Amino acid sequence: MPELRTLQAITRALADAMEADPSVILLGEDIGQAGGPFGATRGLQERFGPERVRDTPIAEAALAGAAVGAALTGLRPVAEIMFMDFITLAMDALVNQAAKARFMFGGQRGVPMVLRTPHGGGLSAGPQHSQCLEAWLCHVPGLKVVCPATPADAYGLLRSAIADPDPVIVVEHKGLYAMKGELADPPEWTPIGRARLARPGRDATILCYGAALHWSLAAAEELAREGVEAEVLDLRSLQPWDEAAVLESLSRTHRLVIAHEAVEAFGVGAEIAARMADIGFDELDAPILRVGAPFTPVPFAHPLEAAWRPDAARIAAAVRRTLA
Amino acid sequence: MADLLALYRTMLTIREAEMALARLFADGEVPGFIHLSVGQEAVAAGVCSALTPRDSVASTHRGHGHALAHGLDLHGFFAEVMGKASGVCRGRGGSMHVADLSIGMLGANGIVAAGAPIALGAALAHRTRGTGGVAVAFFGDGALAEGVMHETMNIAALWRLPLLLACENNGWAEFSRSETQVAARLSALAAAHGIPHRELDGADALALAEAAEEAVAALRRGEGPRVIEARTRRWRGHFEGDPQRYRDPAEAAEAAAHDPIARARAAFLAAGGEAARLDAIEAECRAAIAAAIEAARAAPAPRWEEERSGAYAPAEG
Ligand SMILES: Cc1ncc(C[n+]2csc(CCOP(=O)(O)OP(=O)(O)O)c2C)c(N)n1
Ligand SMILES: [Mg+2]
Repeated sequence: MPELRTLQAITRALADAMEADPSVILLGEDIGQAGGPFGATRGLQERFGPERVRDTPIAEAALAGAAVGAALTGLRPVAEIMFMDFITLAMDALVNQAAKARFMFGGQRGVPMVLRTPHGGGLSAGPQHSQCLEAWLCHVPGLKVVCPATPADAYGLLRSAIADPDPVIVVEHKGLYAMKGELADPPEWTPIGRARLARPGRDATILCYGAALHWSLAAAEELAREGVEAEVLDLRSLQPWDEAAVLESLSRTHRLVIAHEAVEAFGVGAEIAARMADIGFDELDAPILRVGAPFTPVPFAHPLEAAWRPDAARIAAAVRRTLA
Repeated sequence: MADLLALYRTMLTIREAEMALARLFADGEVPGFIHLSVGQEAVAAGVCSALTPRDSVASTHRGHGHALAHGLDLHGFFAEVMGKASGVCRGRGGSMHVADLSIGMLGANGIVAAGAPIALGAALAHRTRGTGGVAVAFFGDGALAEGVMHETMNIAALWRLPLLLACENNGWAEFSRSETQVAARLSALAAAHGIPHRELDGADALALAEAAEEAVAALRRGEGPRVIEARTRRWRGHFEGDPQRYRDPAEAAEAAAHDPIARARAAFLAAGGEAARLDAIEAECRAAIAAAIEAARAAPAPRWEEERSGAYAPAEG
């Protein structure tokens, strides 16, 4: 299988989707001429023209709102918000318009739009260019939220998102853009709502998504040296999330650690922990633990940010606690 | 003359429908809260007379008139506002969300100015798909204080999109005079963006229809966005039940002197039209509305079990 970087997998998914469906258009700041702030849309304007790969002004509210209107009028727009932090400016279009149209118009039509946006720290990008805000969106009925951790899922989830009849937020991790991985030929689609077993194990389940997958795999490696076999489950879809797969894994390992880069309090992990404490209660041999960021903004200076971010050591420590 | 009669019929439908809603609301047959456009009917009727069902309309919280003028069926309309299962949105939306996507009526909207970028996107879709259609964003004078209005004007002008920005300038933004809210005049904002702007008497349906026709023709020729600003009057409160303590009664009374329907009637008669034809239209409108209300009354209430899964498309397979 050919190896490529996450960013190239995203470009490929966009190109394949545009090739397959003339109603797919791209909208975003500097995505056309410049090829995207991170290069995800490189070459696409040359290939598909400026009408389908549109450079927008710096106007997130109108860009997201226009995506809603275009999606209601026969297009499948894929909008890019340069940093997830800027999604604050697009919230009305997402929360009050895109998420609600299918429901509040009585099911007449959905809003088949995608919004791609990178989250995550590790680049000393500071408090306004590093946040993981996906839990906000997971809290809104009508939206779907996915977060790929590998090039294959970056491709596969994006293809599924673009074909989906409802609005999907594709949260990418900018720290993973350069990461290499295999992509099947032809590349496969990743169904929304399905977790992936990234590493089988029997002693505890580590549930994670995004960059935390790679910390979790490193933690499992470290634990294996201690004789602990941790299972790593990559959630991939945050809304809807694969409740059955999590319960199934928990029913085998009887211990659950949920890891994500986002602030721990009121996060995706809180929801999953609460749900598993309910439907998985009889299977649990230890309290469900969460590993997430502390309740502060993301700091800038390298030692501060490194201390702030969850990592493999914290995940391994949490697994050990569930086994103590 | 045919035009004037069609406008008369549309305005009368809106007026009669909304006055019926006012009574139904007072009697407790309309839940929630409703914003009426009584006195402003000429704007919806005039602008929408230039459109076809392939064109898109995004509306506001005061959106009944826009929806009806663009062709929303009276039965689906009343049943929706009265919260019935046969409503156009199955009773899930209500007054502030009446929509019929099959005719490009993209919804009234509970969020001030939110319709503008939606219409922008619809205009973009018409352009990209080559449908020949155009989009209209209705908005109030108060909405000009929202940032997204300015983002929308900027992009529409930059991309020369087929977008008509139709402002209903009724002087009010909820309970405040809009001159205390918005420093700029729309004419100046439009000029700054290079967008042609026309200001019209919002009670003059014929003038509005002609201006809309001219603007829509320009949009269809690909000449870029247009602004129509209608100086209009809000006869009633911001919402039904609004005690309007903030409002000078003299101003409210003066507003009612600007009646687009009386004006259309007078124009028709002055041009030698027969009163009987107007009376016949009136009778037809009233009968259609009465029938829609009766049907809505008789319709079943929506049931939660049937609606609860409606936030997403049904899973395939
Ligand atoms: C974003 C937002 N802010 C505030 C409101 C509350 N609100 C509803 S209508 C309105 C006034 C709008 O004035 P205008 O746009 O002139 O419309 P009009 O009511 O005069 O038709 C306000 C403040 C809202 N619905 N949405
Ligand atoms: Mg107003």
